[in-house]
Amino acid sequence: MGGPVTPIAAARNVEFGYATSTPVIRGVSLEVNPGKLCALIGANGCGKSTLVRLFAGLLAPVKGEIVFQGTPLGSLPRREAARQIAYVPQNTAMAFPFTVLEVVLTGRSPYTPRFRFEDERDRERAMEALATVDAAHLAMRPVTELSGGERQMVAVARALAQDPQFLLMDEPSAGLDLKHRAGLARTLAALRDRRGLTSLVVTHDLHLIDPLFDYVFALRRGELLAQGKPAEVLTDASLSDIYDDQHVRTRRVEGRTLIWSN
Amino acid sequence: MLAAAKLAPPAAHLWRTMLLLTAVVAIMSLIALWAGTQTITLAQLRTDELSRTLFFRLRLPRVVMAALIGSSLAIVGAALQALFRNPLADPSTLGVSGGGAVGAATAIALGWAERISGIPLIFVAAFCGAIAAVLVVHKIARTGPVMLPGALLLAGVVVNLIASAAVLTIQYMTDSTRALQILRWLIGSLDVVGFDTILRMLVFLIPCWIGLLLFSRDLHLLAMGEETAEALGVNVARCELVIHLLSSLLVGVTVAVGGAIAFVGLIVPHAVRLLFGQDLRIVLPGSLLLGAAFLIACDALARVVLSPIELPVGAVTGLLGGPVFLWLLYRRQRYSAL
Repeated sequence: MGGPVTPIAAARNVEFGYATSTPVIRGVSLEVNPGKLCALIGANGCGKSTLVRLFAGLLAPVKGEIVFQGTPLGSLPRREAARQIAYVPQNTAMAFPFTVLEVVLTGRSPYTPRFRFEDERDRERAMEALATVDAAHLAMRPVTELSGGERQMVAVARALAQDPQFLLMDEPSAGLDLKHRAGLARTLAALRDRRGLTSLVVTHDLHLIDPLFDYVFALRRGELLAQGKPAEVLTDASLSDIYDDQHVRTRRVEGRTLIWSN
Repeated sequence: MLAAAKLAPPAAHLWRTMLLLTAVVAIMSLIALWAGTQTITLAQLRTDELSRTLFFRLRLPRVVMAALIGSSLAIVGAALQALFRNPLADPSTLGVSGGGAVGAATAIALGWAERISGIPLIFVAAFCGAIAAVLVVHKIARTGPVMLPGALLLAGVVVNLIASAAVLTIQYMTDSTRALQILRWLIGSLDVVGFDTILRMLVFLIPCWIGLLLFSRDLHLLAMGEETAEALGVNVARCELVIHLLSSLLVGVTVAVGGAIAFVGLIVPHAVRLLFGQDLRIVLPGSLLLGAAFLIACDALARVVLSPIELPVGAVTGLLGGPVFLWLLYRRQRYSAL
């Protein structure tokens, strides 16, 4: 990327494994620059979700460190981190019929003292967040009655209600239809443009990356294989490497990159 | 935006709920104090020595005991449901009561009547059994940050089966007086306990209740998902540890005194949710109060339905709670999410 930009978040020689014998992330170093919408791509099981969890502070690196705005993430108090970093998990299913507003309001809990309920201002923030993802009309619905796509939007709204600097999403488009996948990517791009929100998004929707995303990181077997602007990474050669698939083909049409596998 | 503005502030909702449920507990207590084979009037209380003894030595401690056990089981049910993100969790369905029963039965069989610095050994033994059960079902149900709902309940069922087999074995190995003692305690009755047992229980119960209530917010966030809670600043590992300990202590103490009374922790939190909404910061204190009212009512029912024969209260809660469990299971199978 060059230039004297200080990254908002960085991984420095990060290693991680759920069991000591099998490392999932092997010495990954990367920098996420502020105000950028970044995609994290790679084949199934390459460590994308694990890397995002490391950035979210849900996991701690075995070696190396995750740095957020110059501070090691591990030394940042949890609630402080929760005001800066939001995470949308892959699985947004819920066991209890909370209302959508109740779910989104939990995004305000990092700002609310332990023995207080969220106040009127928090409710307004929650409703704004819902409006941002076009889900304000769902506010009073039980979250268990929503479709997968609606639930995903609610999870995004909760993350936005946290008012984060850095948004992490683990395969947000899993289970969404074409319209919602594209809509989600557009929402993220709009948030970047309007409030400079930095996002790192795990995705398999390669065709949505160019031109909506600014930057792409590609993992293979726990190592950072490639990074760069979408047009640089989304090429026949590098995608064949990333996915271990010789059938991947790309073509640039009207300023976007089309990708398929024969 | 309008919809949100119309809602009552949650703090006011909490206090209204608490006030209403306190009134329910008071009314239930009054009814239960007067219900029974022997009718006691206010006039008799003033004049008749026998009525006074019956009232103060038998009925009053019994109602208090029902309240304590009901509160404890209900709040534990609410906490475990949130912790395991499973609306079917309850001390009895997860085998926690079963584990506690094995501990208590062991203590009775070995004649551990003594106390270590005021703590009855039977409480300690029941606590150990309960926490072992919690840890086993938790370990089995967990895969990464996800709790498998089916595995959790199956593990609970099997822990329960093992526990009842163990209790049976203990009964057969011990002499007949103690076996009878175990049998009477097992059925789950709130028979004559006296106030010193109640005081000894309160030393444990009150701090545990307060402890669980302090974690209401964390449990509210945990109920939404483990990773979500963690990302919102909850120390999930610490929260789990505390809930395990407090729940096991509450269940251990109540099981040691009242036997395994099933399904209170299932029915009560569900009723609270239906009436007052899903927010755990209301469900936990609400369950504490409604749990008291519920078990007081069940015990009163146990005393009057077949009067002069007295049913064990565990039979009443089992007969009421079993169908509720099945109904919830039926409904739950229809959630596509799980």
